[in-house]
Amino acid sequence: MNRLSWFNVTSLTLGFAFLYLPMVILVIYSFNESKLVTVWAGFSTKWYGELLQNEAFLDAAWVTIKVAVLSSTFATVLGTMAAYVLVRGGRFLGRTVFSGMIYAPLVMPEVITGLSLLLLFIGIGLDRDVLTIVLAHTTFSMCYVSVVVSSRLMTFDRSLEEAALDLGCSSFDAFRLVTLPIIAPAVISGWLLAFTLSLDDLVIASFTAGPSATTLPIKIFSAVRLGVSPEINALSTIMIGIVTVGVISASLVSKRNSLRQQREEQAAARAA
Amino acid sequence: MQRFALIAVPYVWLLALFLVPFIIVFKISLSDIALSIPPYTPTLEDGFGPFFAALDFENFAFLASDDLYWRAYASSLRIAAISTFLTLLVGYPIAYAMARAPEEWRPTLMMLVILPFWTSFLIRVYAWMGILSQEGFLNQFLLWTGIISDPLMILNTNTAVYIGIIYTYVPFMILPIFSALDRLDGSLIEAAEDLGCSRLQAFWLVTIPLSKNGIIAGSFLVFIPALGEFVIPSLLGGSGTLMIGKVLWEEFFNNRDWPVASAVAVILLLILIIPIILFQRNQQRQAEEEA
Repeated sequence: MNRLSWFNVTSLTLGFAFLYLPMVILVIYSFNESKLVTVWAGFSTKWYGELLQNEAFLDAAWVTIKVAVLSSTFATVLGTMAAYVLVRGGRFLGRTVFSGMIYAPLVMPEVITGLSLLLLFIGIGLDRDVLTIVLAHTTFSMCYVSVVVSSRLMTFDRSLEEAALDLGCSSFDAFRLVTLPIIAPAVISGWLLAFTLSLDDLVIASFTAGPSATTLPIKIFSAVRLGVSPEINALSTIMIGIVTVGVISASLVSKRNSLRQQREEQAAARAA
Repeated sequence: MQRFALIAVPYVWLLALFLVPFIIVFKISLSDIALSIPPYTPTLEDGFGPFFAALDFENFAFLASDDLYWRAYASSLRIAAISTFLTLLVGYPIAYAMARAPEEWRPTLMMLVILPFWTSFLIRVYAWMGILSQEGFLNQFLLWTGIISDPLMILNTNTAVYIGIIYTYVPFMILPIFSALDRLDGSLIEAAEDLGCSRLQAFWLVTIPLSKNGIIAGSFLVFIPALGEFVIPSLLGGSGTLMIGKVLWEEFFNNRDWPVASAVAVILLLILIIPIILFQRNQQRQAEEEA
């Protein structure tokens, strides 16, 4: 079954061309000399230079990174707690409501989440600023973190925790010394997921950001509404570059770790 | 005590920032627009009695009477349904070919499908603006090949919205179908062929039914977010593209009618509950089948 028919080769080629060509075209045109984005007028990096001088974009980038770091960190802590409660917490009053609140934001249209949070912030008189975006992003990303972490918690051997408890660990020490190292990869990927979700978000940030705190997606959106611009192409290329490098290095690191683990397990098996 | 804190912290957070905001949306959907800050009435400052007395279903009656909203909901449902179907047509062959690819390729292929997820959604939609516009890449290419003699108008039409939805959501379709096909026992297809099925019949009678769960899961994963989509219709769609996410946005930001925007949100939520419950059921059934 491992021979690929021409049909399968064609679907793979066309499929991946469809997934990647638009971004490749975007990257190529970011190096276009001409202001007219559709006419090729020679290679140039001048749009990158202009981008670096655009204060508004740089400010927005700074706000975006601040929001992403803060919200993904809070979301990782809260999401891991929530996952632990869901998988190990046993029964408690309102468990169904709790798990409902974890899963609902995953399928909620962003316009509704954004609208509802904005109405809350206005209702309690909280000025819209970096803080409100962080609160909003933490809330929806903690649910993604908790899904990622709870799937790891469900598959690992609970007797390891019980052994630690039997050997005299407090439940917090058992979590810190046994559970946390085992679920660490899931916690890290949860953090990365929360970080990218926050970097990416336009709709919820538009509702919850005030005039003093504009994020990069909001800036990009208001610029591209007027049409394609070479500066935005350059900015997109930088963002695509960062993500590509990040994802590829993360996958290499996890591959190396799993190889090392395999070797260690083999060595342990031999020693026994 | 520790356990209590562990449960209470995320619980209270979600109550305060997820559930309470919804109750507020629901409440405001029953309020009236007012020229004040905040721009609706009543507020709790009016006292409890008058507060509840002033709530009514006027906004919902308004939505029901105004043709625009009906058409927006209907057109969102239609666009979401059509693009889900098209995404299935695009995604299935890719997932199928991935599952047939040599074992050592599969992790790389998987990563190539997932990689776009990590790239900004907004940028992926924006990339199509440069391709689909009148002087865009696609038109230039088609003019150059001589297939067309006048540039096609694609950007700012529903076609562009379909393309945008397929493009951004096709990984959601590919992954569940791939995982269903990956588990499929190849000998079943060989058995069908030995018993006289043509390849096409074997595909239709064996492969498709056995990947049914993946197809259903993938379709919901595309349909549910597509229904409330805002970025794609507002960047790729035209003035004729009616989608409810866009209507809600405009009602809120342009018309500043918060009560009507809230009512639009409440109805969108009610519409979404049905596919969400069906999706949950499908996932549960699948989990039980595997167990």
